Amino acid sequence: MSQALADRTARTGVPDDDIAVSGRDISVFYGEKQALFDVDIDIPRQQVTSLIGPSGCGKSTFLRCINRMNDTIPGCRVTGELFLDGEDINSPRIDVVQLRARVGMVFQKPNPFPKSIYDNVAYGPRIHGLVKNRGEADEIVERSLEKAGLLKEVKDRLQEPGTGLSGGQQQRLCIARALAVGPEVLLMDEPCSALDPIATARIEELIEELKANYTIIIVTHSMQQAARVSQKTAFFHLGQLVEAGLTERIFTSPEDERTQGYITGRFG
Amino acid sequence: MTDQAINESGSESVRSSTVSDDAFRGRLKRRHAADRRFRLIGLGAILVALTMLGIILVSIVGKGYTAFVATEIMLTVDLDRSVIDPKGTGDPAVIGAASYGKLIRDAMMAAFPEVKERRKLRSLFGLVSGEASHEIRQYVLDNPDAIGTRQAFWFPADDNIDMLVKGHIDRKSAEGDRKVSNDEIAWVEQLEASGAVRTVFNSRFFSSGDSREPEIAGVWGAVVGSFFMLVVTLLLSFPIAVMTAVYLEEFAPKNRWTDLIEVNINNLAAVPSIVFGLLGLAVFLNVMHLPRSAPIVGGLTLALMTLPTIVIAARAALGAVPPSIRQAALGMGASPMQTVLHHVLPLAMPGILTGTILGMARALGETAPLLMIGMVAFIVDIPSGVMDPATALPVQIYLWADSPERAFVEKTSGAIMVLLGFLIFMNAIAVLLRKRFERRW
Repeated sequence: MSQALADRTARTGVPDDDIAVSGRDISVFYGEKQALFDVDIDIPRQQVTSLIGPSGCGKSTFLRCINRMNDTIPGCRVTGELFLDGEDINSPRIDVVQLRARVGMVFQKPNPFPKSIYDNVAYGPRIHGLVKNRGEADEIVERSLEKAGLLKEVKDRLQEPGTGLSGGQQQRLCIARALAVGPEVLLMDEPCSALDPIATARIEELIEELKANYTIIIVTHSMQQAARVSQKTAFFHLGQLVEAGLTERIFTSPEDERTQGYITGRFG
Repeated sequence: MTDQAINESGSESVRSSTVSDDAFRGRLKRRHAADRRFRLIGLGAILVALTMLGIILVSIVGKGYTAFVATEIMLTVDLDRSVIDPKGTGDPAVIGAASYGKLIRDAMMAAFPEVKERRKLRSLFGLVSGEASHEIRQYVLDNPDAIGTRQAFWFPADDNIDMLVKGHIDRKSAEGDRKVSNDEIAWVEQLEASGAVRTVFNSRFFSSGDSREPEIAGVWGAVVGSFFMLVVTLLLSFPIAVMTAVYLEEFAPKNRWTDLIEVNINNLAAVPSIVFGLLGLAVFLNVMHLPRSAPIVGGLTLALMTLPTIVIAARAALGAVPPSIRQAALGMGASPMQTVLHHVLPLAMPGILTGTILGMARALGETAPLLMIGMVAFIVDIPSGVMDPATALPVQIYLWADSPERAFVEKTSGAIMVLLGFLIFMNAIAVLLRKRFERRW
């Protein structure tokens, strides 16, 4: 175990196996521009943690560090240490393909593949070789759709294109697709920003159900959403992690002035 | 009224006119008039373009449609055993070596017994194409039992007679002004009166290669040559261009070197085709010693020319695939290659294929580089492979347009129509592909 982790354990007294993701001194640069400054954060296992803050504050950037999606952006550089179950994900021993199978991601805009619903969900297990035959694939597809609360609606049209679904259904399809690989952590980057209130409510219910089995980290612009779904909240501002803690405490008695300003709507 | 209010508010005092006074209405009128003029100019431009296109098409089709029919003359030929196989051997070698020209001449003399003068006889024999004796020979070789019988044959007419029958030569003009003599006109009219002249669909035009005799010259050799060439071009340029585009668009870092490569590819697309021809001549013929006039060399040269076109089209198509698809695939843990092969490339394929077909259509119509590598040669045989000497459709058009015989005028236009037919066909496929696979995401 690394020194940084040991220090943290000593400092907080929280046992490591309750922490799924922890970041130490995470800084992110896009070319010359620094987008994230020395973020230290611990994200608890099997809870929902929401990242809030005004646009451009670095919350999505931080989220993308966790499955190393920042690697795909030319000129992007990440420094610091990020641990997933105590393993440094930036170490050369970690294969990014495997990492992304362990850390699923749901994007802001629903982005199902222009293939059938079935193929969308079966894609991950197929490329990772998790299914050996059609029967296993069928089972995974069914189970993932069930978990994403979509099975009832699409049961009879699995072979129809995923792009033909409504926006909310598409987003749940994307969640099912991520769950099919069996991840430990689910990253959600403003998953409801393109959805109507009813579809949003449906996704929030789903998050509530999923947290029993998954560590969920959600970026949101809606403070109500953060208050509704998450147990922990982290507030980012201008690339810095200002404050993190229990959602209830952040929203009722924030320690930092900036947090206070943001949640009361004075800026952002 | 409101003027005052605005002036009082102070912020709008610079305005000398409002949107409801007469001056404004006058200006509005002028603006609408300018609008109408602009639209009329656009309409005019389209009309001019359409007129030009119409003139070209009408002149080509008007000149060329007669190339698709041919004049034939019926002769009753006595397949005389004493000429074909005097000893009765039945040996194909003997039968093949017989003088079938004499049979035609005898048949001609029998049809026109009044013609005796040598000079006139010669022009009488010239009514039918020199191809006639070959046809009889082939017929006799195929049907040896017919030896000794009398048979009626339809032979292709000589090209000048063909022109006369199709009306391209004015029968009433002075004799010295036309290629056909008064005697010949008289004979043809006699044949016409007895029903021994007909015009039929010119299947020879679509089944034979080039010839010095316009009546038996065809485009098939050129079509096959063009086909082999395009196959070589496609097999070479498509995979190389797609891989180039995929690498540049999906994998290459954006730095000075890739910028340089990009600029050069764009420049390459603008290089005149004759330069590629010279390159082909220097590299493929002089250095690699590939056969001259062969489709393989033409195909290689055209591949060089088509490469940048496809690269540019493919890059545009890849760039049009939304990044969200790539993110979705990468986020699932797909490797970069899986992302490209499973998602990006299939989505870009219609665009890539459209660009490829347009590039191939351009290659099909390309003449200049082929002249440089010797595909301008006179080649009668139909090529049977990429290493055989061949010519291509546009070069065939160039060769025929250069020929002095009147009958090659319609052949030229006919070949142009065939070429245009192929081009329209290819472009139609491109449009169809685009329509068929248009995607919303």
